[in-house]
Amino acid sequence: MWNDKKYEIGPFDIIGDVHGCYHELKELLEKLGYKITKHRERNVFDQHFGYTVKAPKGASRKVIFVGDYVDRGPASNEVLRLVMSMAKQGTAICVPGNHDDKLNRKIGGSDVQMRHGLKQTWEQLATEPPEFLKAVRKFLEGLISHYVFDNGRLVVAHAGLRENMHGRASAEVRAFCLYGETTGETDEFGLPVRYNWAKEYRGRAMVVYGHTPVLHPEWLNNTIDIDTGCVFGGQLTALRYPERELVSVQAKKVYYEPTRPLMAAAPALSLQQEDDDLLHIADVMGKRIISTRLMTNVIVREENSAAALEVMSRFAINPKWLVYLPPTMSPGETSAHPDYLERPEEVFGYFQKIGVQQVVCEEKHMGSRAVVAICKDEAAANRRFGVRNEGIGKVWTRTGRSFFPDGDALEAAFLKRFCEALYKAGFWEKHQTGWALFDCELMPWSAKAQGLITNQYAAVGASAKAALPTVLSALKAAEARGVAMDGLVEEYVQRLGMAEQFTSAYRRYCWEVASLDDYRLAPFHLLATEGKAHFDKKHDWHMAEIHAICEHDPRFLLATPYHLVDFQELETVTAAIAWWESLTSNGGEGMVVKPLDFIAGSESGKLAQPALKCRGREYLRIIYGPEYTLPRNLQLLKKRNLGQKRSMAAREFALGVEGLERFVRKEPLRRVHECVFGVLAMETEGVDPRL
Amino acid sequence: MLLSITTTYQPATDLGYLLGKHPGRFQTKALPFGNAHVFFPEANENTCTACLILELNPVELLKSGNNHFDGGFQLEHFVNDRPYVASSFLTTAISKIFGSALNGNCKERPGLAETHIPLVVDLPCLPARGGEALIRKFFEPLGYAVDVTQHPLDDQFTSWGNSPYFTVRLQQTIKLQDLLSHLFVLIPAIDHNKHYHMGREEIEKLLDKGGEWLKAHPEQEYITRRYLKNRSALAQAAITRLAGEDEQAEPEEQENLKERIEKAKLHDIRLRAVIEQLKASGARSVLDLGCGEGKLIRMLVPHGQFEKIRGMDISIRSLQNAQRRLNLNDATPAMRERIALFHGSLTYRDDRLQGFDAAALVEVIEHLDEARLDAMEKVLFGHARPGTVVVTTPNGEYNVLFEGMSEGKFRHSDHRFEWTRSQFQAWCDRVCDAHGYQAEVLPLGDEDETHGAPSQMAVFRQL
Repeated sequence: MWNDKKYEIGPFDIIGDVHGCYHELKELLEKLGYKITKHRERNVFDQHFGYTVKAPKGASRKVIFVGDYVDRGPASNEVLRLVMSMAKQGTAICVPGNHDDKLNRKIGGSDVQMRHGLKQTWEQLATEPPEFLKAVRKFLEGLISHYVFDNGRLVVAHAGLRENMHGRASAEVRAFCLYGETTGETDEFGLPVRYNWAKEYRGRAMVVYGHTPVLHPEWLNNTIDIDTGCVFGGQLTALRYPERELVSVQAKKVYYEPTRPLMAAAPALSLQQEDDDLLHIADVMGKRIISTRLMTNVIVREENSAAALEVMSRFAINPKWLVYLPPTMSPGETSAHPDYLERPEEVFGYFQKIGVQQVVCEEKHMGSRAVVAICKDEAAANRRFGVRNEGIGKVWTRTGRSFFPDGDALEAAFLKRFCEALYKAGFWEKHQTGWALFDCELMPWSAKAQGLITNQYAAVGASAKAALPTVLSALKAAEARGVAMDGLVEEYVQRLGMAEQFTSAYRRYCWEVASLDDYRLAPFHLLATEGKAHFDKKHDWHMAEIHAICEHDPRFLLATPYHLVDFQELETVTAAIAWWESLTSNGGEGMVVKPLDFIAGSESGKLAQPALKCRGREYLRIIYGPEYTLPRNLQLLKKRNLGQKRSMAAREFALGVEGLERFVRKEPLRRVHECVFGVLAMETEGVDPRL
Repeated sequence: MLLSITTTYQPATDLGYLLGKHPGRFQTKALPFGNAHVFFPEANENTCTACLILELNPVELLKSGNNHFDGGFQLEHFVNDRPYVASSFLTTAISKIFGSALNGNCKERPGLAETHIPLVVDLPCLPARGGEALIRKFFEPLGYAVDVTQHPLDDQFTSWGNSPYFTVRLQQTIKLQDLLSHLFVLIPAIDHNKHYHMGREEIEKLLDKGGEWLKAHPEQEYITRRYLKNRSALAQAAITRLAGEDEQAEPEEQENLKERIEKAKLHDIRLRAVIEQLKASGARSVLDLGCGEGKLIRMLVPHGQFEKIRGMDISIRSLQNAQRRLNLNDATPAMRERIALFHGSLTYRDDRLQGFDAAALVEVIEHLDEARLDAMEKVLFGHARPGTVVVTTPNGEYNVLFEGMSEGKFRHSDHRFEWTRSQFQAWCDRVCDAHGYQAEVLPLGDEDETHGAPSQMAVFRQL
């Protein structure tokens, strides 16, 4: 196809509607580093049309023009000379605009109306020799409606182009490229109402276009309009590709009064953020296949997305905040030790077996998993998350619910306190950011899980305490009468003891929360800051960054203790095991073991588990029941199937990483939401909740 | 898990004959869900106590695939109070271990089984979420002297309050058979947490053991309903049969809980008012957003004016019920063309919602967090844009008039807000301004002079 320039991979400087603004075009090209030589002999035409333009020194950059070279401006003829010279010399690639098309028809002798600036162009061309007009005609005739560049990653068309028209050729495609999609309706200025195809755009290719003057170029669903109305006194803008940087020059004057004022009041939200206000159901429902960086395709089953839709709609926070959900975490293989379900040996064994040499062991705090988005101030929150009047951040749970009740003053106070520590730590300057996302554990457990604790754990403890002593005294009375009790007395002494252990196990993680002072936040991952998702950093980097913050408010922020283990240094292994034993014998929940690299692969290239938990013997009593340590129970419980849990953890991890990386790249919210939604959908799969 | 029965009838050791268990022996019987032990901590001429212990092991219960538990795969199936409390497991054990006594048979002392003897029952841990009042309401009308002690949830966390567990002592001079049949029916009714799926045979059991005394009990209906764990169809059948009627007879008009009737009445008023508005709007195509189980749709169907009726809900389970209730599976093609249901959300833009004359949101908006209303407004008023939108929501001011409703509470646990009249009006005004509608707000139900009507309705019309 003529429009196929996939082999042209850039880099490019894509320039918006010029409309005869010669001086601004020259200035912009020079600002971009191009060297322009003006020739005296201007009508040779075999090498140039009056100019030679060289790419910036040492770079193989090319210009792509989005069309509308002529009309309205002061020097359409000169612009044509420059553009045509560049095209001839291979420093520019051109697509036609509607004005160019009309000029072409005029030169060809069609009876076209001399409105919208064509009259000026015609007068300017009258000063040129007739051969030049012929050359212009030849140039315009040869323009192809649009091009597909860089292996399909970039499409340039004057008025933009719907995905299903990319790389196609027809009268319909050509009309769309020149005029865009109109509904036939006109607005209050008598101009056609344009159907905003970009709103519906879901394609992978970036689409760069012009045609409709805008105040500021803005990304919307990976498309951008770079016509900043130079001829109307705005700017002439270039988009650098693949850098996505915008370079502009200011118009020297208003050459042409716009019919419709260019200057609408600047909206508080970007176009993309405005569009993100409303996610489309078609982007989440049904079976989904999500391509992620860590796993080629993650499949979300239809029934799981249906269940997730309900959870998301009824309980989740504003999706603009909800840019990440953490993956589930599997335990290690069941311990070979007769008295334990879980021990560090098996967890280390897993990582060693897949070829991970270094791991970090972090204390597992018994609270509730919380993701915290926090911004420097509310303006930064509005800017980056596109929210309005929602404070400086948000705290949410593993299932996307608000940690604090909607509009709770405690949440604001909580975030403020965290933010103050970040200021004191010089965090904002250090990371050159106005916002950050942390993965944390929030204590006490009883703050969020009060219902679960009173309805389930405390209830079990209370019922055991009400019943067992009475049973025991009845048994003892019978035994005292000389009835052979078949060992039942001893058994009940043991059961009563286990019930008491159960109660003390959950009590350790509960304390009353009357005010902010009663909360403890233990961040353990610094997930992202402006322009960066920190999955490329090792866990000791995360720990160090976070410890540096915690120092500034140690009462509130808990620096997580951790151990580094290198399997080649046996003493680090034994030290970590001893540490786990002392943690858990003091009632601690246990530890989480992660590969030192945030993202690790096995030798076979399979994604490693991002983390495995190793829980203490007493802690597990609240998971498996007061009497789980009885040998006959342990024996039954040791048959655990970890396969599904592990596979879920890996898929959720891949989705979580993908979603946050998309957010950091400022992709449209639906692209981020699709991943977060996928994690929630995975979580609706039934898996043994004790794992 | 423990039941003890004590008598001071002389000779007290005759209790052994009545129960068919030897006071000098420790006996164990394996039941499908665990071992039951019977023994006598005290047995002499003056006093004799028999104990029944049932040992439940949740770990084994689950492993054997012997899944008695109701519902899905939840953590509470592994860590629960069942091993420690008096529940239907215990009453099942009563019927297996003391079966003949429960049926009034006693080979050795046939006369004694017919005799009223002084009996004391001790239940160390009876779960009663209805509290002490419920225990008394159920046992006292049967002539028992009732002694109860409530246990705290955790004595180290007094702010957590009391647990639902009671140590209960019941005393009466009564036939042992009657006492056992009372326990058989009332323990599960008080516990209200049956461990297996209810079937028709449950009704038989209840009628068999409850028979005569239950008919005379002032709380007959309540006990029946709780015993059958509020499975309303089954409870209805049992209530009807207790009343001595044929099971097939009119199942309507049985519910006499005042509150429920009031609620149902108000809902009816609400639906009728919504339909009036939809009719008056001239709408031919109607969307019921948050259609639930399809009550509004069922009432819309007879009106020929509505040529196209669509129901949307976020809950798949509700939609399945609605599909069944509206008989859509067996409907004619014409009917299916006219009425259809689909799964969707009010916080996601959805092209399926476009092109309707009218939409109704009956008691829906209060189930969304206020922070998410903005998205709903954009979906409905900005994108779908039906000509008419009817929205109903509770009037929070009226709550003070509901008996037993504590302050700051909502009418439903999932309500995120219950607006006052002026809050609702302000919201309507904002929506109208932003999306080009005009709205009229109307009261629903009988109006109170100061607090207004129990519910409120807004009718939006596109400008």
